[in-house]
Amino acid sequence: MTSCFKLSCAVVLVLLSAQVFAGSKIIGTAGATSIEGAAGGGLVPWAVINGYASSGQWSVTGFRNQVGVDDFSLRTLGAGFSYGNQFEVSFTKQTLALDTIGGDLRQHVVGVKYHVAGELLYTEMPQISIGAQWKQHQNFELPQAVGALDATGIDWYVAASKVWLDAVAGRNILLNTTIRATKANQTGLLGFGSADQHGYRLMTELSAALLLTPHWAIGTEFRQKPNQLTFADEEHWRDVFVAWFINKNTSLVGGYVDLGSIAGLPKQQGYYLALEATW
Amino acid sequence: MVKLTAIFRHQKLLGLLTATLFTVGCAQPPAPTDSLYQQLGATAGLEQLVDGVLVEIEHDPQIVHHFKDTDIARFRRLLIEQLCQLSGGPCQYTGASMQESHTGFAITPADFDNLVNHFIKVMTAMQIPVASQNALLAKLAPMYSDVINR
Repeated sequence: MTSCFKLSCAVVLVLLSAQVFAGSKIIGTAGATSIEGAAGGGLVPWAVINGYASSGQWSVTGFRNQVGVDDFSLRTLGAGFSYGNQFEVSFTKQTLALDTIGGDLRQHVVGVKYHVAGELLYTEMPQISIGAQWKQHQNFELPQAVGALDATGIDWYVAASKVWLDAVAGRNILLNTTIRATKANQTGLLGFGSADQHGYRLMTELSAALLLTPHWAIGTEFRQKPNQLTFADEEHWRDVFVAWFINKNTSLVGGYVDLGSIAGLPKQQGYYLALEATW
Repeated sequence: MVKLTAIFRHQKLLGLLTATLFTVGCAQPPAPTDSLYQQLGATAGLEQLVDGVLVEIEHDPQIVHHFKDTDIARFRRLLIEQLCQLSGGPCQYTGASMQESHTGFAITPADFDNLVNHFIKVMTAMQIPVASQNALLAKLAPMYSDVINR
């Protein structure tokens, strides 16, 4: 285990022992942090804003995600800031280790999200947010060699999230739909575009979560993916997850992901873990 | 703040007296046993809930200032009445509309969130099941648009 992971564990222990002020939003309504740094589920950005800052308050979030599938492991580390439950910004470093092939692919993601309308818990209209993810590949030689056009790309998305209180057996349900315009191959880890595909493609991403208690949720997600590189097929992503909102300062998400075929290696399935600390 | 707290305590005592009278007046045919009103502990439960929420408000610098000119006894009586009616109990809410009663207070989303947190905290302490808590929150949440930024 890396020293960084040990540090994360230490932070969690401190937070578990003493909850510090974390803003007014209701526990769970900050969601978790997705792999690209946006507040959301695991693979999909939601319309929720990171942290627990409500109107007039601000919040900072640190997060560490780990995905381990048959032939790859993805590690993300990042930080976010939000103000007034209105906007969030985040910076995320992603490293995809090519466990079987050898080497790694690295990408930086700068994310912004703006809450446009609706209130997740309180209005009939879903909470709607728009967002952008500016992605910069850090070692583009391999993606270029397999046909990717650009080392940089911007994803644009609009997300709608809503919680229905007392929806099923007295439990609350969250549904989210995100429409993303992207040029990315494997979220950008294999670069952007290809020789014959250089326009934006619209992708649909869906999430559903059942909030068992204020502290526990289970859910599932689907992320549609483009398939632009001729050297290998890219497939849609899926996950199921359990989220534990220990308190407003700490959450832990564990899940099972199916990332389909990546770089010619089929049936990439495995675990998902996300740890988040927020103030 | 000290002064306000004193007023608050005094008014709460008055409130208890008023509530006792009110409870007697409110005693009517009982609601069905499976109603939310019963799950929340009927009138005694709602009184405990509202008193708990009042204590939370009293200690919440984010929202306590909204209550500096409030007749706490009246507020308590009306809130119990409103929760009773909302949860299917044998009461009739006699207060003003949510929009009217919050006009001029400039209640912010953070204020609203804090009040929701207080409700959840007190209901949890009262060991009200999560399903009943959610059922009450589902009745309170739609008031958001009538209460915010008036």
